[in-house]
Amino acid sequence: MKTATAIEVRDLRKTYQVRDGGSWRGKTREITALDGISFTVPSGEIAGFIGPNGAGKSTAIKILSGILRPTSGIVRVGNLVPWENRIAHVARIGVVFGQRTQLWWDLSVAEGLALLRDIYSVEPERFKRNRDRLAEALDLNGIMDQSVRQLSLGQRMRAEIAAALIHDPDVVILDEPTIGLDAPSKLAVRAFVRDLRRERGTTVLLTTHDMHDIEALADRVIVIGHGRILADSPFEALQATTLSERILEADFTGPPPELFLPDGAVETERGTRSVTITFDPQRLPAPALVAHLSTFPDLGDLRIGRPAIEEIITRFYADHAS
Amino acid sequence: MNAFTLYRRMAGASIKAQLRYPGTFALQLVGNFVTTLLSFFGIWSLFHRFGSIAGWDIGAVAVLYGLVNVSFSVAETLGRGFDVFGSEYVKTGSFDRLLLRPRSTLVLLLGHELRLRPIGRFLQGAFVLGAGFWLSPHVSWNTVWLLPWAVAGGAVMFLGILIGQAALCFITVEGLEVVNVLTYGGVEAGQYPITMFARWLRRFLTWALPLSAVCYYPALAMLNHPDPLGMPLWFGLLSPAMGFVFLALMMLWWRRGVAGYVSSGS
Repeated sequence: MKTATAIEVRDLRKTYQVRDGGSWRGKTREITALDGISFTVPSGEIAGFIGPNGAGKSTAIKILSGILRPTSGIVRVGNLVPWENRIAHVARIGVVFGQRTQLWWDLSVAEGLALLRDIYSVEPERFKRNRDRLAEALDLNGIMDQSVRQLSLGQRMRAEIAAALIHDPDVVILDEPTIGLDAPSKLAVRAFVRDLRRERGTTVLLTTHDMHDIEALADRVIVIGHGRILADSPFEALQATTLSERILEADFTGPPPELFLPDGAVETERGTRSVTITFDPQRLPAPALVAHLSTFPDLGDLRIGRPAIEEIITRFYADHAS
Repeated sequence: MNAFTLYRRMAGASIKAQLRYPGTFALQLVGNFVTTLLSFFGIWSLFHRFGSIAGWDIGAVAVLYGLVNVSFSVAETLGRGFDVFGSEYVKTGSFDRLLLRPRSTLVLLLGHELRLRPIGRFLQGAFVLGAGFWLSPHVSWNTVWLLPWAVAGGAVMFLGILIGQAALCFITVEGLEVVNVLTYGGVEAGQYPITMFARWLRRFLTWALPLSAVCYYPALAMLNHPDPLGMPLWFGLLSPAMGFVFLALMMLWWRRGVAGYVSSGS
């Protein structure tokens, strides 16, 4: 049953007991993975859930998936509390862990999907419909009879997504669905997730280290760090501030000269033969910056990119501290 | 779909996967048959030399040997998922994956693999068991129903050990070879009449790990062989039930283990 709020999380805390020095002896120490996080995801929204490793992301994902019980707090997915009734809860969600397989290594994709049909008790008619639809959308028809072991990473990830959706879940959790994929597979996965939301109104919670995933998919971005929510805002708002920043790396044939950068650009790092510049394209368009740098005769190569998630998070910390 | 049908489907898929390389499979089967049969020659040569030991002849010992091996092979066939639980599920983190499926973890782990290789042990156990009956003069009519009853009790007891071993993985995945003392050690111990063991060990094997309740006492009843320690013969007609009690206890322990895993996340 669909509800207006697909995911509700209130004041969620999780602490782990960790033993120092061996598994039997040693003092226990408490580690706080989640320090009271709250957010809601309305039905049909794609929410990006980002943060560096160790921020509490995977703990939150595990709790939402019903495989971990929190220390305190309230969680509702649909109308259910995930850890109170695991079986009813997991029957209604779909989860893709980018680095783990839901399918069976020794079985073909088709056989694996058929077993999942039995596990989720999907009626034969509906199964056939879903399988054909997913095979079409994820381009699986050529690999249905191959064993999962033989698939490339990109093929496997597409099969994984089909496996997680064979039972029509209302809420889908995608944990690093594009990790390690080549460019065409990433595009295919993104296009599929977009269509899934548009055609079926599926709610998606997405974690990723790839800002392109967020840019292509997320309506909303929730940033988590040190077990707390650092930012929770519509994608456009985040884009207007932090995400618009670009990084330019300039290599020189000798020691880099004094650059006299125009407004909107700052030198953030200086090496023996290279300089890293952070700039805001709205104040200083990339071509103008490149033109400025081209006036230096010993300029070698130029590379433009965007800051890594880790850097964005660091920025959030700085903003929150002030 | 009910759990039993689901299990049948999963078992079917696993058999198909095992038969993907039929040559390898056949060799493994033969290997399993020969290695387990060799262990019986050890016992046989002992009796060949001494005739009988403490009032037990080769026929009775062959029945015990066959019973314990047949039972264990059934448990090995069913319980593979529990046997590899530590290495393939806990260490790798893929137990989380099982928890994402709307089914009992016990059913999913039973469905991990219906292992065909122990058929080798099953066949040689059945062969020795048949020889044992043939060599024994006073085989009881009760054997007709007591044999499957004892094998069932024995199989679920060994399955209980495997489940208990898997539940132990929630506490530690190191040093689990210790549990082999109960599985392979149990198979070894079950091959001998328990009168050969010290009193504490006899008690342990009857009431804690009910190995003699599923092997020794039913074997006495089948062979009409009075118990030198004075347990009445009818005890062997009922005692295989203790295998089921043991399994139920191990399942409860498993449940506690899963609940603990879900609250600690490791």
